[in-house]
Amino acid sequence: MAGDMLILALLGLPLLASALVLVLRDKPNLRDGQALLIGLITAACAIELYGRADGDTLFILSLAVGLDISFTPEPLGKLFALVAGVLWPVATLYTVGYMRGAGEENHTRFMFFYAIAIHAAMGIALSGNLLTLFVFYELLTFSTYPLVTHKGTPEAMRAGRIYLGILVASSVILLLLGVIGIWVLTSTLDFATGGILAGHIDPFYVPLLLALFAFGIGKAALMPLHRWLPAAMVAPTPVSALLHAVAVVKAGVFTVLKVAVYVFGIDFLRETGSSDWLVWLASFSILAASIVAMSKTNLKARLAYSTISQLGYIVLGAALATSLAASGAALHIAAHAAGKITLFFCAGAIYVAHHLTDIKEMNGLGRVMPVTFTAFALGALSIIGVPPLAGAWSKIMLMGGALDNGHLAVLAVLMLSSLLNLVYLGEIVLRGFFAAPSHGLKSEAVQEAPLTMVLPLCLTALMSLALFFAVDVFILDFGG
Amino acid sequence: MMQHLPILQVLLPLLGAPLAALLRGRDMAWGLALLLTGAAFLISIILFSQQQMTGETLVYDLGGWPAPIGIVYVIDAASALVLPVISGIAFVATIAARRLVEAEIDARDHALFYAAWLLTIAGMLGQVTTGDAFNIFVFLEISSLSAYALVAMGAGRDRRALPAAFNYLILGTVGATFYVIGLGLLYMLTGTLNLMDLSERLADVQSTRAAFTALAFIALGLFLKMALFPLHFWLVPAYAHAPSAVSALMAATATKVSVYVLIRLVFGVFGIDFPGLADAVGLLVLTLGIAGAFVGTLAAILETDLKKLFAQSSIAQLGYMAIGIGAMSATGLAAAFIHLFNHALMKAALFLAIGAIAAQVGRASMGTIQGAGRQIPLTMTAILVGGLALIGVPLTAGFISKLYLVRALLEQDFWLLAALTFISSALALAYVWKIIEAAWLKERPKGAPVLVETPVHYVPAWLMVIATIGFGIFASPLVDAAYAAAHVFIGGAR
Repeated sequence: MAGDMLILALLGLPLLASALVLVLRDKPNLRDGQALLIGLITAACAIELYGRADGDTLFILSLAVGLDISFTPEPLGKLFALVAGVLWPVATLYTVGYMRGAGEENHTRFMFFYAIAIHAAMGIALSGNLLTLFVFYELLTFSTYPLVTHKGTPEAMRAGRIYLGILVASSVILLLLGVIGIWVLTSTLDFATGGILAGHIDPFYVPLLLALFAFGIGKAALMPLHRWLPAAMVAPTPVSALLHAVAVVKAGVFTVLKVAVYVFGIDFLRETGSSDWLVWLASFSILAASIVAMSKTNLKARLAYSTISQLGYIVLGAALATSLAASGAALHIAAHAAGKITLFFCAGAIYVAHHLTDIKEMNGLGRVMPVTFTAFALGALSIIGVPPLAGAWSKIMLMGGALDNGHLAVLAVLMLSSLLNLVYLGEIVLRGFFAAPSHGLKSEAVQEAPLTMVLPLCLTALMSLALFFAVDVFILDFGG
Repeated sequence: MMQHLPILQVLLPLLGAPLAALLRGRDMAWGLALLLTGAAFLISIILFSQQQMTGETLVYDLGGWPAPIGIVYVIDAASALVLPVISGIAFVATIAARRLVEAEIDARDHALFYAAWLLTIAGMLGQVTTGDAFNIFVFLEISSLSAYALVAMGAGRDRRALPAAFNYLILGTVGATFYVIGLGLLYMLTGTLNLMDLSERLADVQSTRAAFTALAFIALGLFLKMALFPLHFWLVPAYAHAPSAVSALMAATATKVSVYVLIRLVFGVFGIDFPGLADAVGLLVLTLGIAGAFVGTLAAILETDLKKLFAQSSIAQLGYMAIGIGAMSATGLAAAFIHLFNHALMKAALFLAIGAIAAQVGRASMGTIQGAGRQIPLTMTAILVGGLALIGVPLTAGFISKLYLVRALLEQDFWLLAALTFISSALALAYVWKIIEAAWLKERPKGAPVLVETPVHYVPAWLMVIATIGFGIFASPLVDAAYAAAHVFIGGAR
């Protein structure tokens, strides 16, 4: 298959799935089956594209002179497409199990917008210029809104308003301003290796321009723009998986990294010292979110703040502006995706099987749900950064990047953060396996969630493990 | 025949008006209006494509008298762009008017309604086409006087239409008077009323106090007519209480014509190099524009009546056009033209869809549309798309407007102003989302009247919706035409 056809397939297959969801709305098994099948084909395409050399471009149309909708995969984008593409079928399988197990309504609407969101994520991943990226970024926001408010309760509506308010306002006010600023300054919006900004701007203004992107990309959930993410946890758990692992926040940090590497250029950022302030802000975000996570006893809330903290790693990698740190950040996109989706899958499985959401009630649950809790432990260890799990590599690379750039304090931040992760994620595992059973549990007999949910979470837990050993495939070289 | 098109464009609706007043019998007057607006639309499309292909300015001497003795009609890149906006929306609004007018206006008045309808359209087309400053005043009065009558016709259902029309009349007349005072000063200084002549002769006297006073009077008069903040108070009641068809026509076109005349006079006659223009007037227009953007948007957020809500939003959108003008650059003017065009499409879509609801239940408010998303999905989707375009969501026409508007500001290094522009447009999300939540996320109350939609209800609005999306995706021709229009007044590279 020619390269541009492969890009077209990655963009088109999710759209096809969403259309078929509508067509097959009266036949639930067919509707969900085709989504799964198309998901698998998408995953295969993403893997195929990841293995290919760069250089393919798919041009769709031109809005006006200099404003093209076009797609040019580069290593980072292909990695994100791979993450979204591979996790989509897994998440679809899980969604089917969850939606039926938890008795949620409006499956068709849910599956429809889920597939649209994947389409948007692919558009962001493969975008060849800032305009295309922005268009799909907004599409992702609007297509996930019906998912966040899926339950239709007043609480869900309020969460929806926060979600949309923060994401749309930040992107329209700051991100779009930054994009047009780049357009006026450099007369182009195309991404280029090494960046396009050097020589077009007084270095004094670079930190300000960077701020437009760092805060404009609300999906990266950098503090203080993180409020939408915990609010959105009212949504069904498959949405949390989509938000936290497959598409939304990953699209955010991916955009930050992509802009740092292909618009600003990491060498330009490092030489001008323009991203130093972002190093400190990201460090603050990492630690503060971890501390907030410790205070939460609702499992999904704790995981949400853990995500905010972990996203800080990726922003930090971009801000450190060395090749090693950027590679580490890119790797962390994949590592965190595999780890965090496992944790959310487990949270959903616990809810469906035992209707528990509070960590304090999960004492002894590990003996009732051994598979789920083993997977949870693996995911947690990956997030903490313990070998032989994927998260270990990305943390080491980030530390190396911090050393390269002389930011010794960042080393302390990363170590402290690992310690905090250990405390708030380890607590859940320890309670599950070793604490005396709490009163909420009716029996000690093994009672797992349906197979459609257990299978995906085992798969993703194994991915965390596999990523550790196959890491050289996922280390991107950004030169410099 | 072909060389007479510039005058036919204006003459057809103008002469059709008295004829329409004489017609009796169901739908006769409407049929005539439809025919004539359709013809005007066709002519403007031909003129536009002719102008685009040749790139030349087409000058038509009225009665065979060349300028400066006779009056000339001028089709250049700017007027060629604005004409199809007005005639096209007039045509679509006329399609919709049949249903709306039947529902809202007493059958005895239909003939008179369409007479006034055609007159106001003729007046607007005349203002755009003519190359004579006094002729602009004449057409401005033709379109305004008939518009006052049209607004007042809303009194059959809503008595508040009468004070609204009266207010509109008083303030509209003040605006027109200011314009004509300014014109008097110019005539005294130069002895001519032809726009081209004026601009040439004004160069000799441009540093006089009288010339600047003339600029001030003309600009102020037109600010009032285009409802620039804080001279916008006539607009909201006039749009809200007018018959639905009139709201749709006027919201989409009336103020746009005044924006066009402002650009034509300020840049075409006084010129960008006129002393005090770029700094004093530019700064004033920028300030009022951004203030209007905030005031209009905030007022819209508080509004529950949909016509009033979108009328307030028009204040904000006119603010954006003013910002484009105030940037005092080719890109700025191009952005103003792009937004003039795009906003006309969005507002027509919105007011036509709202009209379809108002014609059934008397008033379109947050209450009457509650839970209507499933009952009248196509109508509500038209409102949704129109609303998203107002925010400036990508792949709608509004996005292209914002893109070029902010580009114009950044080219002049107005970063803060650009940020403010975006903040105000992000605030628009609040009022659009209020509608979406009411229509889709709430249940229809028990006992609420059943709303219906048939093709007569939604086709006119959807024509505009398709245009809104179409020009959001294939914006190239519009952007090119807008830059060509801007270059009529200000030189410079793209």
